[in-house]
Amino acid sequence: MALDNRFQASMMHTDTTALIHTIDFLLMIPYPKKSAKLIMGNPLWRRLSLILISFLIALPLYATPKQDQAAFRKHYQLVFPQLKLADYANGVYAIDEIARQSWLAIEEFPPYETAIEEGKKLFNTAFSNGKHYAHCFPNKGIADEYPKWSKTQGEVITLAIAINNCRTSQHEPALPYEKADMVNLLAYLSHTSRGKPIHVTIPKNDPRAMSAYEQGKAFYYQRQGQLNFSCATCHIQNAGKKLRSEILSASLGHTSNWPTYRLKWGEIGSLHRRFAECLTQIKAEPLPEQSVEFRNLEYFLSYMGNGIPISGPSTRK
Amino acid sequence: MKTIISLVFLTLFSCTSITKMPEQAFSPGKQIAFSRDKGNCLACHAIEDGEYPGNIGPALKALSTRFKNKQQLREQIWDATQFNPETSMPPFGKNKIISSEEIDQVVDYLWGIE
Ligand code: HEC
Ligand code: HEC
Repeated sequence: MALDNRFQASMMHTDTTALIHTIDFLLMIPYPKKSAKLIMGNPLWRRLSLILISFLIALPLYATPKQDQAAFRKHYQLVFPQLKLADYANGVYAIDEIARQSWLAIEEFPPYETAIEEGKKLFNTAFSNGKHYAHCFPNKGIADEYPKWSKTQGEVITLAIAINNCRTSQHEPALPYEKADMVNLLAYLSHTSRGKPIHVTIPKNDPRAMSAYEQGKAFYYQRQGQLNFSCATCHIQNAGKKLRSEILSASLGHTSNWPTYRLKWGEIGSLHRRFAECLTQIKAEPLPEQSVEFRNLEYFLSYMGNGIPISGPSTRK
Repeated sequence: MKTIISLVFLTLFSCTSITKMPEQAFSPGKQIAFSRDKGNCLACHAIEDGEYPGNIGPALKALSTRFKNKQQLREQIWDATQFNPETSMPPFGKNKIISSEEIDQVVDYLWGIE
């Protein structure tokens, strides 16, 4: 209930915030200090015309996800001209050469190996009705297709939700999202999908899918928390810059390397757990894993990352 | 197993880990600016001898040449969004991240840096 309110409030706010972001974004203006002073310091008529011009420029962004995607990528291309699309699967290690060396060393004896093995065991263990996960997922390497829009359920189905949908259809209890069994299954399915390019679709014949995408996008650009940051503040505006000793990664490819073993966690964890941590960092209320908000956010980010190979499970600091 | 992995990680990444600052020796304003759970200005700004500063904002020095007076500097820290709605700097005063008195102390400290 509280979350619903929060989300609605943020949706109302979004139009203008997202708009301003997208204007700068489209024009590739690196968030100019001047523009604000320009608007504030001008007579009313000039202020209004500036705002009007902004609206006109922003219009294309309301058109298609394809255009969003093009603008999103164009921005990073300008900041990181040396990177190819596939490089973004490596997160911050695509741009932090020193940390990359340590990371490559870690990947030689990856700490997520056991998670893959456990996941494989679970995947091949029969349910009480004698059937297996393979009954729902005849081809294992499917992580690249998720999240998916489900017309029948009218919501974004992440791979974790699909796993639980499979279980309940076979009369098994759903798995808790933050616990080892679920994460291990995801690790196995991600591993069997490695190298496959993400291809997430937004079906044109169901306007609710488009609206879920738009909500995910709005959440991404919404400033929140006591520190008043949006995801874009760190991962677009300041990508490649240092927050203390931490280089900020691009959001492009943020959905390719999951689940991920993090030193900070001392274990392997999910993408939504990482989302929640970024929210906590800016002193915003973290949302639960697989909440509608996080699933829509994942939908938006995955669409941005279409074509980037699945690289999960992976390791991160 | 877990501890071994963590150890390997730690040694490999130790170059980026943060050493503790001897904060007692600092003026109150400097302590607030440097402390991670107060101003944490070092997250984005280089300031004097602060270790491992970020580079999201400009180095904070010679501010008396960039701001007309202390009050103007205070405004920037109170709510940077008034000057740049797209700023990445948190509104420290407006969102009560640090108190009004703490901001005064930070201003006093920063104003004195050449
Ligand atoms: C205050 C800055 C900040 C904000 C705001 C922020 N993040 Fe992050 N985020 C980080 C840092 C620092 C890291 C770790 C280094 C890196 O990979 O960028 C990180 C990492 C991540 C990762 C892991 C990337 C990987 O390769 O494993 C994801 C995913 C992510 N952020 C998503 C988000 C989303 C979604 C939001 C908004 C809800 C958000 N972040 C807001 C600072 C931020
Ligand atoms: C997460 C990033 C971030 C943090 C934390 C931060 N700042 Fe900033 N700061 C910026 C950015 C970016 C600018 C550049 C101007 C702008 O975008 O508003 C800036 C500009 C400034 C300026 C103006 C400098 C000039 O010469 O124009 C001052 C003064 C300042 N910050 C003080 C502080 C103080 C004091 C703190 C801590 C209490 C702090 N900042 C914390 C990002 C940050």
